[in-house]
Amino acid sequence: MSSFPVSNHPATTIYARGLTRRFGAHTAVKTIDLELRRGEVLGFLGPNGAGKTTTMQMLTGNLAPTAGEIAICGVDLLARPTAAKAKIGYLPETPPLYRDLTVDEYLRLAVKLHRVPKPHRRDAIRRAKERCGLVDVGRKLIGTLSKGYQQRVGIAQAIAHEPDAVILDEPTVGLDPNQIRDIRALIRELGGAHSVILSTHILSEVEAICDRVQIMHHGAIVYSDGIAALKAFHTGRTILLGLRRPPQDSALAQLPGVSSAEKAQNGLYRLQIAGDESAEAIAQACIQNNWGMFHLAPAQTHLEDVFVNLTR
Amino acid sequence: MIFTIAAKELKALFASPLAWIVLAAVQLIAGYAFLKRLDDFLQVQPQLVQLASPPGVTELVVAPLFATTAIMLMFVVPLLGMRSIAEERRNQTMVLLTSAPVSMTQIVLGKFLGLVLFLALIVAFVTAMPLALAASTTLDYGLIASLCGGVLLIAAGFAAVSLYISALTTYPMVAAFGGFATLLLMVLMGEAAGDGLRARGWHLPAALVQVFSPLKNFEPLGKGLVDTYAIACSLLLTVFFIVLTVRHLDGRRLRG
Repeated sequence: MSSFPVSNHPATTIYARGLTRRFGAHTAVKTIDLELRRGEVLGFLGPNGAGKTTTMQMLTGNLAPTAGEIAICGVDLLARPTAAKAKIGYLPETPPLYRDLTVDEYLRLAVKLHRVPKPHRRDAIRRAKERCGLVDVGRKLIGTLSKGYQQRVGIAQAIAHEPDAVILDEPTVGLDPNQIRDIRALIRELGGAHSVILSTHILSEVEAICDRVQIMHHGAIVYSDGIAALKAFHTGRTILLGLRRPPQDSALAQLPGVSSAEKAQNGLYRLQIAGDESAEAIAQACIQNNWGMFHLAPAQTHLEDVFVNLTR
Repeated sequence: MIFTIAAKELKALFASPLAWIVLAAVQLIAGYAFLKRLDDFLQVQPQLVQLASPPGVTELVVAPLFATTAIMLMFVVPLLGMRSIAEERRNQTMVLLTSAPVSMTQIVLGKFLGLVLFLALIVAFVTAMPLALAASTTLDYGLIASLCGGVLLIAAGFAAVSLYISALTTYPMVAAFGGFATLLLMVLMGEAAGDGLRARGWHLPAALVQVFSPLKNFEPLGKGLVDTYAIACSLLLTVFFIVLTVRHLDGRRLRG
């Protein structure tokens, strides 16, 4: 395995190439490439069933790829699984929690399993609890904690051994808005010293915390770029316009900077525009023509719209 | 790492009511069997004295007690074994172990060790009963030691089989029942098949079949006879099913 084509960038924590996974005749993941660097939060975005979880299972050594290579900090995961796994922290979709153990007992088990040397264990547990806001519940049974706290215990387990790469599979599912905000702040913080891969199907979540995004669809990566590019990709491109006395659709499409116009729900029109300046021109045109404008706002882009655009 | 996992298994076991109920029930049944045997022994004792070389209390009371324990283990071990893998996979907690820098062999050995340590506790409690007679009579400590060893070997074999069945399914009840059915089948068929083959003069197949008949391997030790072949067969059975378990779980990772 000496010829393994490891990326020579020293800060690369996870490097995967040509990753493929087939289940019988069904191909869940098709030759995807992935690279994660220290200090980065990578968003893994896709609808349910896109292959996100399968990819994460492969990256954490829980599932062997049908083809492809994975290196964790330059260590080949398939050839030297134990050495590579020590550098990863993983929170699966369902947190692997033992309900009958207390938080302290559970975290002690987690750091032992991840081979944290004995003198450092107590510190590691204390730090993980502080970061995840678990200091007050150390002696409580995990089974008695609320869903939000259980999720935090799951994250604490994944970061207690200070892994180089943290892999979180839908960490905010089923949490209330306050908990989501806390967890997002925590992930942002983790992105500083470690590197994080985070899967989600919520576009705004990726925009809020990720530096880079890879969008998966039907097992393939359909988009991979910085978060700014994604924002530019969809914001300022579509606006919703509401008119009391609308003209013909074709008249809207001929407004300056507008490439197309179509009726959306609630009497609104969806306009595709070139840039932010067009909005001003549209507002002026509406007032001049006395169309009775009551709504002009950038459209909330949904993941589906992005997919439609990307896969078109 | 094996010990960390074994300790976790034991802790989880004692955190659930199952361990305590099993300990209590086994102790109750073994206690009844022991006292009943002891009572019978005291009644026939006057006649035994007239024999030239009379069997002692160890042979007449303690040996049957351990045989009863072996039968009870056949019911108990699959029940404990279902937790080890099937239930962990069902609760999706197995991922904590499989994502950690621990090999599948270490995971399985840790779980096996945890289970065997718990079973050793049951055996220790059962052994304590005859030892209580030490003050009032002379015990055959050699026989007691060989009985203990024999039951532990059976327990280890049962544990390995139950772990394997537990690895085959994510339904704990299926694992428990499957484990029990497999053990019963091995006990019944293993005996019969071995005898049948030997009667036809097929000694090699008979010797192989003996690996899968745990009670047959217990027999010599139950009489205080340290039969190395029987011991080897017991160990082989244990190793065989541990290897199967590791291979099966590793295969799941490969095939998904």
